[in-house]
Formats: sequence, structure tokens, C-alpha cells
Amino acid sequence: MLHIVNKSPFERNALESCLRFGRDGSAVLLIEDGVYAATRGNAVELKIREAMGRLKVYALQPDLEARGMQDAVIDGVNLVDYGGFVDLVAEHKAAQSWL
Amino acid sequence: MNESAGGVDLQEETSGTVKKFMFVNRKAPYGTVYALEGLEVVLISAAFDQDVSMVFIDDGVYELVKGQNTKAIGMKNFSPTYRALEGYDIEKLYVDEESLAARGLTTEKLLVPVEVLNTAQMAELMDQQDVVISF
Repeated sequence: MLHIVNKSPFERNALESCLRFGRDGSAVLLIEDGVYAATRGNAVELKIREAMGRLKVYALQPDLEARGMQDAVIDGVNLVDYGGFVDLVAEHKAAQSWL
Repeated sequence: MNESAGGVDLQEETSGTVKKFMFVNRKAPYGTVYALEGLEVVLISAAFDQDVSMVFIDDGVYELVKGQNTKAIGMKNFSPTYRALEGYDIEKLYVDEESLAARGLTTEKLLVPVEVLNTAQMAELMDQQDVVISF
């Protein structure tokens, strides 16, 4: 399963719920305001780092750049462009958007 | 006659009641339209010669992050506009200390000079306003 989160972890609990229900080995793709969760030095960094032990975490590079956060990405988060986004959707049996 | 009437009008305009307006920004840019719309309303308010302050709380602090580049998402990068606010006499920009810290941000990472306020100071400032508008 590919989980897609597009909301800021500081504004909504979408990421939290996604991580709670996401099973080991599944993938999480952070897009739009969700990309703030892929950055260092903030109050949710530990949650993502813990999740990275059992889930694959991806973030959409264009959304990081738009927000000026491209230099603050947590090591180990995989960056993808729009082509990579399509590949992820195609590779997984289903995609779930946590709106 | 016209000239003197014009002078009187101008006098009346400039001596009109000035109210304290606060615009509260609590949303990250680009994910929703709130940040951009809020900024546009602030620019409009500048035309009315009021006492305007902008505050940035919660994800609103992300609006001011340096180095935004929206080329790849095909949206307008409106962050340079915050630098132009000074030219419209909007110089009171306040940022919530706690919101900055929770996001690992410091004032050096912001694209405009701001005044950082703690919760009590922010609450006091809000209390002094005639009008508070949230985005």
C-alpha cells in the first residue's frame, strides 16, 4: 500500500493516523503541505524517524522546493519528482490518500 | 474653489479615525490559498491608512521561509511580496516564538525582519486591536 499525506503534521493529524495504520513495509509519500514532515529540527521529526524503521518514506521534491525546505530534509527520506510519484502509484497495489 | 475643496477633502481623509487592524496568518503557503489571499487583503488595507499589524502563528510562520522556489509546482511564488510590505508602510510583522521553535526555524531563516513575541506578548497585542482578521 502507498499512503499519501498532503497535510501539514502541525495542522492536522493525517500523518499520525497514516503512521498508525500503515503496515510494516508499506510506503508513505509526503506531498504539498505534507512535506514539512520530511524536514529536520522540528517537533515531529522523531515520529518520522521512528516510522522510517518500518516504512519507506518519500517526499515530493517540487513541493519541498516551493516551500524553501529542500535543504532541511531528514537523511533517509527518498526524494521523488512527478515521474517518481507516478512510478510509486504504479508499483503499489493501491494508494490511499489521507485527506 | 476646486483647489480649496480638494484641500479640505484631503484634510478630512488624513484626520479620519485610524483603527488598529491585525491580520493573523496561520496557514502554510501553496497547500491552500489562505496565505496568498491574506497577503492580498493586507495590501488592500494599506490603501486605507490604518494601523496594520501582521502576525504569523502556527504554520503561518512557514510563509516567511527564505529560498522558496515554486517553478516545479507551477504556482506563483508570492514570498518576495513580504519584502515589499515595507514600501506600503506595513512594518509591524510579529512571529510567535513557540511556532518558530516547534518547526526548527529561527529568524535567520526568514526573508523579512520580524519581531518575535512570546505567548503573553502576542495575547496582549491581540487584546489591543480594534479589528482582527484571520487567515
